[in-house]
Amino acid sequence: MTPPQPNLPQSALKLHRELDRVWGRPPGLRGILISVNHSELGLRFMIAAFVFFAIAGCLAMLIRAQLATPAGAFLDVGLYNQFFTMHGSLMMFMFAVPLLEGLGMYLLPKMLGSRDLAFPRLSAFGWWCYFFGGLILLTALAAGVAPDGGWFMYTPLSSKAYSPGINADVWLLGITFVEISAVAAAVEITVTILRMRAPGMKLTQMPLFAWYMLGTAAMMLVGFPPLILASVLLELERAFDWPFFDVTRGGDPMLWQHLFWLFGHPEVYIIFLPAAGAISTILPVMARTEILGYGAIVAAILGLVFLSFGLWVHHMFTTGIPHMALAFFSAASALVAVPTAVQIFAWIGTLWKGRPEMHLPMLHLMGFFSTFVMGGLTGVMLAIVPFNWQAHDTAFVTAHLHYVLIGGFVFPMMAAAVYWMPLFTGKAAVRGPGVMAFWLILIGFHGTFFLMHLTGLMGMARRISTYPDNPEWIWLNLSSSFFSFIMAAGFALFALDLILQWLFGAKSRRNPWGAKTLEWAMLMPAPGYNIASLPLPGQAALQIARGEGALPGAPRDRRETLVVDALSGEARHVAVLPSNSALPILSAAVIGGFVLLMLSSFYVAAGCWLFAVAAVFWQWQRWMGSAQGEDLIPAAPGLYLPVHHEVPDSLARSGLICLLIANGALFGCFLFSLGFLSVIAPNWPAPQSALPAEPALLLSLGLALCLVLSSLLARPRLGSGAGPALIILILALGAVIGLALILEDPTAHARNALRAAALGYIALHCVIAALLAGLCRVQRRDGRMAANRPGAAPVWRLWQDYTTVTALLLIATVGLQEGLS
Amino acid sequence: MVPLCAVALLAGCRGPLSTLEPNGPAAAVIALLWWAMLIGAGLITLLVLALVWRGFARRADDGPGEGFWIRGMGLGFTLSILVLVVGAGIRTGERIQPHPDPGVLRVEAIARQWEWRFRQPGPGGALIETLGRLHIPAGRPVDVVIRSEDVIHAFWVPQLAGKMDAVPGRDNLLRIQADRPGVYQGRSAEFSGTGFAGMLFEVLAWEGDTPPPFTDKDAEGARAE
Repeated sequence: MTPPQPNLPQSALKLHRELDRVWGRPPGLRGILISVNHSELGLRFMIAAFVFFAIAGCLAMLIRAQLATPAGAFLDVGLYNQFFTMHGSLMMFMFAVPLLEGLGMYLLPKMLGSRDLAFPRLSAFGWWCYFFGGLILLTALAAGVAPDGGWFMYTPLSSKAYSPGINADVWLLGITFVEISAVAAAVEITVTILRMRAPGMKLTQMPLFAWYMLGTAAMMLVGFPPLILASVLLELERAFDWPFFDVTRGGDPMLWQHLFWLFGHPEVYIIFLPAAGAISTILPVMARTEILGYGAIVAAILGLVFLSFGLWVHHMFTTGIPHMALAFFSAASALVAVPTAVQIFAWIGTLWKGRPEMHLPMLHLMGFFSTFVMGGLTGVMLAIVPFNWQAHDTAFVTAHLHYVLIGGFVFPMMAAAVYWMPLFTGKAAVRGPGVMAFWLILIGFHGTFFLMHLTGLMGMARRISTYPDNPEWIWLNLSSSFFSFIMAAGFALFALDLILQWLFGAKSRRNPWGAKTLEWAMLMPAPGYNIASLPLPGQAALQIARGEGALPGAPRDRRETLVVDALSGEARHVAVLPSNSALPILSAAVIGGFVLLMLSSFYVAAGCWLFAVAAVFWQWQRWMGSAQGEDLIPAAPGLYLPVHHEVPDSLARSGLICLLIANGALFGCFLFSLGFLSVIAPNWPAPQSALPAEPALLLSLGLALCLVLSSLLARPRLGSGAGPALIILILALGAVIGLALILEDPTAHARNALRAAALGYIALHCVIAALLAGLCRVQRRDGRMAANRPGAAPVWRLWQDYTTVTALLLIATVGLQEGLS
Repeated sequence: MVPLCAVALLAGCRGPLSTLEPNGPAAAVIALLWWAMLIGAGLITLLVLALVWRGFARRADDGPGEGFWIRGMGLGFTLSILVLVVGAGIRTGERIQPHPDPGVLRVEAIARQWEWRFRQPGPGGALIETLGRLHIPAGRPVDVVIRSEDVIHAFWVPQLAGKMDAVPGRDNLLRIQADRPGVYQGRSAEFSGTGFAGMLFEVLAWEGDTPPPFTDKDAEGARAE
């Protein structure tokens, strides 16, 4: 295809005014509540993440104050347990993940040449879930009922018998609530990178940061579902006594560990990859050259994504798993150092190739090198099984993980913050305070954590609050505590410097670092619409601003951006993105209501509340689909594109595919749980089944038949089968209820509890399928479906097929269990 | 000067729970593995930081290309070190496994919030249960069967061997051996709630063919079977 011709230049100011009107939001509180703009939401994520960093950092200071002396009476044990649990949980779930999401959400559309993310309302919905979930966690902390079982919440310590209060429920429900925003961001980022690049930008021409975020988002899609499943199962055990983890009734605490670390280890790379993406972006600019080994780095990213799912067991080396199995995971864990090393040496090679200059972002990258390399090496040590048997659960691990997370995430993110600050605020940096903050943090960090390795090897276990019998650790702990306060002072100065730059900084010149990526082609700070026209290959900032790229301005008074082919980057259609909306905050609030009802143990009310959840989410469709056909839109001379209502492969469909990948990962983990418990858990096989054979068989066959029929009815074009399918899906739900009535007591044995959970999974999917079929009915009635406007039909069909396949698999599994027994 | 520093350093690493003051074969090989890895890691850190520093100091334009950095350093250098370390790790791990051996004594360690009970042969050869003190013969391998009655704990005597979790519903096995008679500190390493910090125990290694009479301290909470 020949590249599209440029549009005629227009007045940049006129374009700006036109776009600002369409892409802006009302001022004041109302505007804040209804905004769906990716720049604003990305910044909010980042600022909130830094606030949580400060809160969790204060908890760390309290922990260090307690440990400064051997018989510290500063905190009582219960409070100390809450503080270290919340320190870890907040740093992981409320700081690290939201910060990388925010950075990705803010930068990706700008770097790729798009006006917003693929699903603006979903970005806002994710933000409000994070916000409300964070409020719940902070309220619990202030009320003294915060989680206290350690951030990995091992059962049975976190089960009802040993944690009777609501502390553990706060973790399970609150964190899961926040994880909605992680899955939303993962879907959003994947679809944006694959389908919303500037026209003509091939995958292999993307800035490396986009490759890193694509890897991150893919890992989040597959990595978060195990945690979500584990949390749901544990909450079901705590709320309804379904014994998934109770070893006396066919459960197994080891199942929690497998599911948790199946999430937990990829999580480390989910955090590291975006930070590495920032390094790969900033370091070449600081070295006045191009990155060395683009292809090798992309291969390393893909390698990390793949390998990181194969080494979760290295957190479980002391649980009694046979040594030869451990040896496999040991080798896999060590192997993950290879793609990491490839990147490190590519960065060093880039330094050698260029003429590096020591600006403030570069200083923080030096902080990265001097910290992360050691963290990586202690990581290899911990992957060595016999050494792990000594070092596991000691202060050595605490030191290692801080070297990796502060070295591999916080230093690069500080570099990113000072590097992109002119873009965020339009203000230029002052050099002095930032440099001083850097040295305080670096000295404080190594002072705190370097000798902590030795503390661990000298036998100090993690998470102890006093050590009266071990005077040999006093000087080590005291020096760690002392330096931790220096580090804290450094972080405070760092934050102060950024705030002062934002408030009082001089106006920054355009592209202050002389970078080549597209985000610097915008006005500073970036306006809501990002770019006046979407850049065609080779276009520079001025041409983009004068509307010479594709889709200049907003002549049709709506938010338009281009959607491209995932691989080639050829423009395919124009997506009209939704404008400001109150639905995201309402939807998040209504889910927050459900979480609060569950926390208060009002389970019946929580069940009824689900109708309110469904009612609010039903409102989302009102904006979807179009009752009129539309001519092709002239994006550039010779480039006429259809609007998204009139194409089969819309963004919505891509988004649903991503969501189903995440859902499939959750389903796969459920099957893994089923297999793990039946094969590995003690107290299996389960007691003889008393399931009434004939009704069970009849109802299961009926359910299977209904779902297969619904899938067939979802096939005719334009959802014409939606009406009959709706009735059949209601019959299917009847069959599920029938099965639930004859099911054996789920509290008696994990086998029954698993079956009850499976029925719940099928029921939920049938309800959503019915809602989608209903939506097709409504759209047909309103004329929002026509020959070339498929409406919700492709989405319903995908969901229906997924529901049918997973339900058939579950029915077959239970049938197999019954047949074998 | 260097040996003096080394002695001072080693003396600083001593302590009743220190893995760097080994008194049994498993702890000794692991400590050796640690010192070897420490030296290697130190050298690699210095090398990488020197390469970074050189990137700022050099001004010639004829530096090595992608082949050197990616294939040479990233793949070749890293992989050869990893093969070495992982190989040594697997060999070491295999050596200290509780392989079946008729000369091994078997004792039991049962954890619950927040104490350890042990079952071991007493002076008369009968099994005796004690609270917080495990008696084992010195110089002879002992297999500890580890189990839990409530949450997850971990059995750890740093001077003798690595740790092993006590998981409800399972029996885990750990081989320990004390080279010399003496008292060795042990503690639970897995967080278990409010009493976790004080979940300590002792291992007493006795000399000779039969255990000496158990003392009054053992009798507290002890129960003959």
